[in-house]
Amino acid sequence: METVTDLTVHQIGRTASAVMNRNVDVTAESEIGRDLGVDSLTLMNIVMELEDVFELSIPIDRLADVETVGDLAALINELRGRG
Amino acid sequence: MGLLDKHKSYSDAYGSIRELGADPFNVKFEAVLSPTEGVVNGRPTILLGTNNYLGLTFDESCIEAAVAASRSLGTGTTGSRIANGSFGGHIELEQAIADFYGRRTAMTFTTGYQANLGILSTLVGRGDHLLLDADSHASLYDGARLGHAEIIRFRHNDPDDLRKRLQRLKGQPGNRLIVTEGIFSMLGDVAPLKEIVEVKKEMDAYLMVDEAHSLGVLGEKGRGLAEAEGVEADVDVITGTFSKSLGAIGGFLVSDMADFEVMRVVCRPYMFTASLPPSVVASTLQALRRVVEEPGLRARLNANAQRLYNGLAKMGLELGPRCSPIVAVAVDDQPRAIAVWKALLDQGVYLNLALPPATPDSKPLLRSSISVAHTDDQIDQVLRAFQRVGEQYGLLDSNSKQRASA
Repeated sequence: METVTDLTVHQIGRTASAVMNRNVDVTAESEIGRDLGVDSLTLMNIVMELEDVFELSIPIDRLADVETVGDLAALINELRGRG
Repeated sequence: MGLLDKHKSYSDAYGSIRELGADPFNVKFEAVLSPTEGVVNGRPTILLGTNNYLGLTFDESCIEAAVAASRSLGTGTTGSRIANGSFGGHIELEQAIADFYGRRTAMTFTTGYQANLGILSTLVGRGDHLLLDADSHASLYDGARLGHAEIIRFRHNDPDDLRKRLQRLKGQPGNRLIVTEGIFSMLGDVAPLKEIVEVKKEMDAYLMVDEAHSLGVLGEKGRGLAEAEGVEADVDVITGTFSKSLGAIGGFLVSDMADFEVMRVVCRPYMFTASLPPSVVASTLQALRRVVEEPGLRARLNANAQRLYNGLAKMGLELGPRCSPIVAVAVDDQPRAIAVWKALLDQGVYLNLALPPATPDSKPLLRSSISVAHTDDQIDQVLRAFQRVGEQYGLLDSNSKQRASA
């Protein structure tokens, strides 16, 4: 059975692929900058899409601590819990 | 590991641009002859990328004011206003800016970047919410980071998206500050300010507008987009710069908020920088007088912008959605954008090459800024250069597409 984090990681992969217009394979360990080739603006655009997917606010100041897809999934799950 | 190793990807990217024989981020002007002419690589060059909208950098009255101020007060203030005190000109300039905008308070900064850093780091803090247009200038992003507020981006120029994101914050404590720009610096498009004001009122938020590129350009009195749209009363803070239409350097903000003077003792980018030198204060004051006294400058600027925009549109180049003194041509790929930029420079036309991620839509842009000082003949020379270079690099073969790319 997939955990909540797995599902969030999966969704991040789908959204990142859509924003970047190319297929990206992600795992929780993928480094967003180095492995996925995502620059700072693209990351913010991915996050803006994810806000709509999950219907929540993801303040971009929180991205300072996000290095991997797993970090981003954990942040999203934390914010979902808060709402 | 070296300290600069973390920037290796940028270093490599810059290196590959220079390998193409161009260095768009390090152009050297051997001479500047007028607001619209310089010398680059020994060649007379039309300056089409200098944001010198009103051509006031060589205005005789502004130069005389700067020289006289230097002679009587010296070349610099050598310190900040809280430590070294204010000169008469600082007070006079702030009063003139406040009067120009019809606002209670104005504050000046040493650059426009610092004005945005100053206001955003001071006005909102931990627990507040900052809603930034996604295409906001870097100074707004950096100011946001300095202030510890929660930062939410909304889709560029999309009031419905802004409303949706504000609705998501319902029930959370803290103030909401919406931030947008008059004319956006890359494509020259303008914010839908009336609709944004509606959202602001509906959602009980504050609104700040950066008029850096619209001061002296839009509005009957030249105050910018808020004036042109008739919504000045609903804009809580306006920021701007002296480095574009006013031909000098420096930033400002104006507001009607009560107790705004407290900013002078809490706003760090104001407190811990040397203040503007007398020459800059004097030329800016004089340039502002010119803006007030000569509304005809704006009509001529608009006519020049139309001549360039329509000429490029006719060739089938991909332009921003609306004619403004910023005219940007989108190019599909980066190597071609660099080659076209260099070819234009070699033909005596200097404009800006803007590369992603500094551009919207991840597309390279050849960005022009037109000046009232450009002659029809210069604009026609530019159009002929674009025609030649466009043909050479296959930019014109896509059947007159003129796309709204914002």
